[in-house]
Amino acid sequence: MTEPLLRVDDLHVTFGGQGSAVHAVRGVSYEVNRGEFLGIVGESGSGKSVSSTAVMGLLPSSAQVSGSIRFDGRELLDLDDRELSRIRGSEIAMIFQDPLSALTPVYTIGQQIIEGLKLHDRSISNQAARARAVELLGVVGIPNPQRRVDSFPHEFSGGMRQRAMIAIAIANDPKLIIADEPTTALDVTIQAQILEVLQTAKDITGAAVVLITHDLGVVAGNADRVAVMYAGRIVEQAPVDTLFTEPAMPYTVGLLRSMPNMAAPREERLVPLEGRPPLLTTIPTGCPFADRCPAAFAACRQGEPALAPVAGAAEHTAACIRAEEIAAGTLRRPDIFPRPEEVAVAPVARAESAPVVELKDVKRTFPVMKGTVFRRRIGTVKAVDGVTFSVDRGTTLGLVGESGSGKTTTILELLELAKAQHGTISVNGVDTATLTAADRRKLRSEIQIVFQDPMASLDPRMSVEDIIAEPLTVVDVPKDEQRRRVAHMLELVGLEPSFATRYPHQFSGGQRQRIGIARALIVEPKILVLDEPVSALDVSVQAGVLNLLEDLKAQLGLSYLFVAHDLAVVRHIADDVAVMYLGRIVEYGPADLIFSDPRHPYTQALFSAVPVPDPQVERTRSRVLLQGDLPSPLDEITGCPFRSRCPLYKLLPEDRQRRCAEEDPAPRSVHDRDVRCHWAEEERFDVAV
Amino acid sequence: MAGFLLKRLLNYLALTSVATILGYLLVSSTLNPEARFLGRNPPVPQASIDTTLSRLGVNPDTPLLVRLGNWIVNLVTTGSLGTSSRGTEVTADIFARSGTSLRLLVIGTILGALIGIAIGVWGAVRQYKAPDQITTYASFVILATPVFVLAVLLMITATAINRTTDSQIFNFTGEYTPGLTGGFFTILGDRIVHLLLPTISLTVFAVASYSRYQRSAMLDVMSADYIRTARSKGRTRGSAMIRHGVRVALIPMSTFFAYSFGLILTGASVTELAFSWHGMGEYLITSIRNNDINAAAGTILFTSILVLISGTLADFLYAALDPRVRV
Repeated sequence: MTEPLLRVDDLHVTFGGQGSAVHAVRGVSYEVNRGEFLGIVGESGSGKSVSSTAVMGLLPSSAQVSGSIRFDGRELLDLDDRELSRIRGSEIAMIFQDPLSALTPVYTIGQQIIEGLKLHDRSISNQAARARAVELLGVVGIPNPQRRVDSFPHEFSGGMRQRAMIAIAIANDPKLIIADEPTTALDVTIQAQILEVLQTAKDITGAAVVLITHDLGVVAGNADRVAVMYAGRIVEQAPVDTLFTEPAMPYTVGLLRSMPNMAAPREERLVPLEGRPPLLTTIPTGCPFADRCPAAFAACRQGEPALAPVAGAAEHTAACIRAEEIAAGTLRRPDIFPRPEEVAVAPVARAESAPVVELKDVKRTFPVMKGTVFRRRIGTVKAVDGVTFSVDRGTTLGLVGESGSGKTTTILELLELAKAQHGTISVNGVDTATLTAADRRKLRSEIQIVFQDPMASLDPRMSVEDIIAEPLTVVDVPKDEQRRRVAHMLELVGLEPSFATRYPHQFSGGQRQRIGIARALIVEPKILVLDEPVSALDVSVQAGVLNLLEDLKAQLGLSYLFVAHDLAVVRHIADDVAVMYLGRIVEYGPADLIFSDPRHPYTQALFSAVPVPDPQVERTRSRVLLQGDLPSPLDEITGCPFRSRCPLYKLLPEDRQRRCAEEDPAPRSVHDRDVRCHWAEEERFDVAV
Repeated sequence: MAGFLLKRLLNYLALTSVATILGYLLVSSTLNPEARFLGRNPPVPQASIDTTLSRLGVNPDTPLLVRLGNWIVNLVTTGSLGTSSRGTEVTADIFARSGTSLRLLVIGTILGALIGIAIGVWGAVRQYKAPDQITTYASFVILATPVFVLAVLLMITATAINRTTDSQIFNFTGEYTPGLTGGFFTILGDRIVHLLLPTISLTVFAVASYSRYQRSAMLDVMSADYIRTARSKGRTRGSAMIRHGVRVALIPMSTFFAYSFGLILTGASVTELAFSWHGMGEYLITSIRNNDINAAAGTILFTSILVLISGTLADFLYAALDPRVRV
């Protein structure tokens, strides 16, 4: 077998016409062998999705495609839509990023699977197609497939929809499955499930898989080979172990070093990868990474380096003129991207400082109404169900949990600075229920928030200066003083003061988030609430923003309440951690303790679901996989709310299970942290699957 | 389901009452039924005018609220909407005339929706290409043309054709040829000939607006991820657009269609006038011209009932097309 299953050769994809052309893919070549698992990694705009969509022939008609895509002996670029449609879905299948919008809302899941079957096999009978659809749903792990086959997409959760997408993809036993960021929109626990299903699907069909992702951790555990894309080209390609241990292209080196790692010690600073990828409107004359590369010299700007074998190994190629030096060790990887030095911090004497934020048994419920004419209450959502935590001065509390666990509602309750529905909230030792309107406004400058999406949270019609100075207009600061403080803030967050006159669209995601931080800091608050501040950013710029946050905390003596679902990030930045599940905190204590020895089965599962960017670790460690999705917050649950998904519960003897079913575990101190589990003292059960 | 419908019905009853009462108050306070008797030669004696107006229940000397009360009591107890100024029963008038409107409009509305949807989809799929440009400009030209202008143009064309072919292919005055005798098919044929021009005029307008709505609904859907999914399953572009795109793009159209279908009986006053059809639209206009309070108020009641029926129709259509809103 010499001919690979898929051979992409010198693929170019250009959008738009003369003058405004975007060169999205510029000369990409790669091969996928039968049954192989190839990972394609790159940041947004690197051309990774476009190049794979080109394989499917699904690019919009405005795209000009040239080069060659040979699949199983045929040249795909020569085929028209009708001929390609015979290959699509039967021989090449694709799984898309956003499962919420990838299924047609008006057809049942079953109809959509059957459609795929019937398109390629007209002779299949209705009963046979339906039976096959049920079987496929069973394969991808949908409970009760017999019944769920008639469900509509909106009745499925995100994870289940992605399972259904995989079922559609494998329906006709394809030879190649292209998965385009299949887990990006999903929670980490669901991501682990979906990757597992993808492996199962690969094993059943024997198909080759191309997995496109921005997350190096995701490819580490699954891929055989990895290609790294940057600015429309592949810049490095190697077997997975080689790529992670001996990367030869500085971009890969930087990417690996910039990622926060669950397995790495927390003291290490992250290595920022400064700058942003070049715009693809012009064809670069030199190495496109040169502007961000600390190892670049003059020769790097003379012509774009081609992908060449590294150290004579045919399977390892890199597009860097210094690749040999890096491989030979004369140019050491840590020297290219050295770790920045820690800012000196005066250690916080925790005992003497009162907590700056304190929540005691806070509850927030929302009525669920039905009907438009005669509205009636059909239930209550307990979004926050008795949350107690405190943030000490100068420390960071990480609040983690899946989406729907009540993290955001908790911080919104706090930021309202009003009387809670139940329980007490105090900021700087003042109970917010007792505040007058004037006091409340004064207190607002003490506590500020940085939002998740830096694209959406900045008004595009306001200049940077107006955005940052806006909080000051509330407290009547004179214009000159405003301008001075904005300039100071910009400098503080690592931006040029001259940027003040520009508008948000002129900045990259990382820079916009810095503007968001500057806006929050301008009223000199003591407490910052950070709501997923880096989750919308590319990996390479995440590190810069996280380092900035750490520096600011040390310089200004800030306290952070850091909400995130990315546990590696939380591990890196938090002093204390509170793990939320269904509106309550199930484990709460010092971060080091909890990360090294989680006691609640949910925490264990959450941690184990995080992919580690290290193939060796990924292959050897045992996983605790959670079953199913978060239960509906409408359900009345007796006993332990986590019981339905608990990996430990399934292994317990019956008498202990009964206790879980009947008695709701109260928070209690186990091994120096609060845990809500009856069996937290037990040595960890072997819950791996 | 029964509970849902009952609640709907009660809700509608309330809304219809409010609309009708407001409508009655409006026409009673603006129309002047006395005007018909003034300036006549020989002058009508005031006592005689008063008697006539009182008999119709529209005497301005009676307080407005009392007249309203009488009108409602009359409606509830006898089901009658009163007598028109020409002495006919308003209820009977409405029934007869709504039949005429229905015959006139039903084909045009349905045809307009079907052709409009097809053209809208076609325009969206070929966005900015010749078919899209042509249909876009054509619909704007039609939408900007007053109805009667188009009607007159059609009539001129028809007359010209009639003259050149020296026959009566087109016959466009009224609903049928008065005094025509013959078998069932002769009568039917005559009616169809009479329908031709008004139907063309109605259809053209319906197509123009439907195609605009459908085009934008379709454009929204075309870039949706599930179209790409359908193609990745092995559908060609065109077939994915039809099977997955149009099906979803029809959902917002259902509301538009339901309302225009519901208003079919009162919605084409100008067309009815232009082609001399004695339908509901004409009825409303003449009743206002004649200062006929009872007829105008009756028409308002009738229309408000139609609006609410269309609302229900819209909801059911929507639920039938979109599983996400089913209860």
